[in-house]
Amino acid sequence: MRFDRTEISLALIAIACVLFGFVSPGWLIFLLTIALSKALVVQGVVMQMRSGLVSFGQGLFYCIGGYTVGMGGQFFGIHDAIAALALGIAVAIVVAMILGLLLTRYRDIFFAMLSLAFSMILFGILVKSQELGSTDGFNVHNWTVFGWAPETGADSQQTVFTMTILAGLVIAIMIHRYTKAGIGVICEAVRENEVRVEYLGLSPRWLLYGNYVAAASVSALGGGLTALATGHVDPEMAYWTTSGEFIFIALLGGLGHVAAPFIAAIVFSVVRTYSIEFVPNTWQMILGFTLLGVIVFLPKGLWSLVSREKSGERT
Amino acid sequence: MKNNKATFSKYLVSSAAALALTAGIASGASAAENGKFRVGIVTFLSGAAAGPFGVPSANAAKILVEGLNKGELPAPYDKMGINGVEIEAVIIDEAGGATKQVEEYRNLVQRQKVDAVIGYVSSGDCLAVAPVAEELKTFTIAYDCGTPRLFADNAGAQYMFRTGLDASVDNIGAARYLVATRPDVTRLSGIQQNYSWGQDSWADFTAAAAKLLPESEIVEEQFPKIYQGQYGAEISALSVKRPEIVHSSFWGGDMEALVLQANARGLLEDATGLLTCGEASFATYKDQAPNGMIIGARGPFGAFAPDNALNTWFKGAYNAAYDLDPVYPATKMAQAILGLKFAAENAGVADKEIPTAEQLASGIKGATFESVSGTVQMARANGHQAMQGITYGEYHYEDDKASIVNAVSFSGECVTPPEGVSAAEWIAEGFPGAQCN
Repeated sequence: MRFDRTEISLALIAIACVLFGFVSPGWLIFLLTIALSKALVVQGVVMQMRSGLVSFGQGLFYCIGGYTVGMGGQFFGIHDAIAALALGIAVAIVVAMILGLLLTRYRDIFFAMLSLAFSMILFGILVKSQELGSTDGFNVHNWTVFGWAPETGADSQQTVFTMTILAGLVIAIMIHRYTKAGIGVICEAVRENEVRVEYLGLSPRWLLYGNYVAAASVSALGGGLTALATGHVDPEMAYWTTSGEFIFIALLGGLGHVAAPFIAAIVFSVVRTYSIEFVPNTWQMILGFTLLGVIVFLPKGLWSLVSREKSGERT
Repeated sequence: MKNNKATFSKYLVSSAAALALTAGIASGASAAENGKFRVGIVTFLSGAAAGPFGVPSANAAKILVEGLNKGELPAPYDKMGINGVEIEAVIIDEAGGATKQVEEYRNLVQRQKVDAVIGYVSSGDCLAVAPVAEELKTFTIAYDCGTPRLFADNAGAQYMFRTGLDASVDNIGAARYLVATRPDVTRLSGIQQNYSWGQDSWADFTAAAAKLLPESEIVEEQFPKIYQGQYGAEISALSVKRPEIVHSSFWGGDMEALVLQANARGLLEDATGLLTCGEASFATYKDQAPNGMIIGARGPFGAFAPDNALNTWFKGAYNAAYDLDPVYPATKMAQAILGLKFAAENAGVADKEIPTAEQLASGIKGATFESVSGTVQMARANGHQAMQGITYGEYHYEDDKASIVNAVSFSGECVTPPEGVSAAEWIAEGFPGAQCN
């Protein structure tokens, strides 16, 4: 297996991040963990954006991933974090395979609204389930990794951080290969002209179906990692504002490169936490102006800062 | 492909810059220790809970911090600041959900180096933050959230305290108020927001009413979604069942909308409204709420707070600054800050010294302190949960002036389950050991 330059640099950055984790303060590790887990969900959104679909309900899979990890530990005795994450992905894939049958019939705003509707249905179900703590949610704790139980505090934080970095690296490399491969390029072709793709003898619907299921599994992984890091899940994870945040980050980063969602998620978290600190009453406005600024000056997202000179070239 | 090399190096440069940026932030921001007693205050500054809860609470916090720093409070809180150290409040917004609150809590403790955190209106936020408070060993007071699960789910809590009462007390108190003032009611109904708060409140109220008013029956229950704002259909559904009591745990804009609409449609003329959080809008009802509507303040807070020297000072200072009387969230915030001050000064450290989290915890655990709402006993959940009485009364508006009439108070032992017993068990067993005055 040959690795191209992007993959090697991604791996180097991942190693640097893990090492950086040993010397940085706890709050920053936590901020990065959450940002990178959310970036995984955003990767799911971006995968669909490449094929021309905007999912306004990616919170559905984020929430499924989180709740599976939480419920696995709470009710089914699955305390191994890796097994719980894998289970979360499996549940998300099953749900996506069923919902995908319906959703891939729709495009544009109809797809966006329908995906939003499914995520709000999950929200509604969770709010009605008092055994799951309704809107208050429940705690996720006492998880292990291959039988080893990290101590609460810096130890477990470091473990989740490392797991998130590794997961992020693996997913990033997979998505990078996927977008460069024939099928990834055809996803873009579907966005540009679906009818032509059909004339090429391919079925856009099943392409989008596969893409949807893959995006769901990536998002569920992000949700599971968030649950492990935060130690709490609540139905807010499936609420439309959460899905909106993922689209916000996706637009901030742009579709230019697999690293863009990661960078955008970190920028988003840093901007948000410092606006909350310095302007506690109007922090939402700062976020709004940031997005407005990016849309006006960098319509292709933060990544265009890196690839500006190539603007003539197809990114 | 000729650009590949240039792109790659640019890529490396920008990633390095990003890492350097985060590292710079990391080192630059931890220089917050300045010798002051830093208190993180977390409450809603945006969203639907900001108006009724967050803003009055934040305002109360500012009044208290200012008053304490000037040493203006009456005894026993006349010492400057907290244990002689000037207080600095770091106020942040609670909006945005539990994940974000955990992140911001860590930022408060680890980046902003606060010595204690006071906050949280939302029960979900309280539940999410409690294990983190233990992990980071930070003295934390939940001032308003009402979930009985706070200490049930975190049984070994050492650093988390709550100076407010839990939601079971509100609803046991509400049922007791009906027994005290309207023992003959038989037709009860309820309208609750469809989320944890509304569901738990209704479960506790119906269980308590079944024991205390055995003749009564629930004729109708409605669970509209939160922030719905229009309750025409629900009000009609309630009206046709001819209830005598309409119980509601609504709060904020929803509650004001319900009162306005139900009053206009005559529901609150035929039936008596019983609003467990009703006092929060005491100043805004004017003549739009009917006289005789039963309101509560989730404890002896707001308009139900007693006339003691502390409360007189607090009401005076709050009124002078904001031209309003403090509502119950404001009183509860004041109580939490006084609890923190008491903990610090009872911790047995030298004057002008900032106690550690362990010392703060030992200073308040199981203690009894004076507050704007009277005497507070930290008598439940192993000394971590406050026990106080609760007061309900009827709203009365006459000559452009709102007042409370027919107020009845119940002692803490009358409405609080004994140590180690959940509210649901205690109610089901018929309130064994309750001492009512």
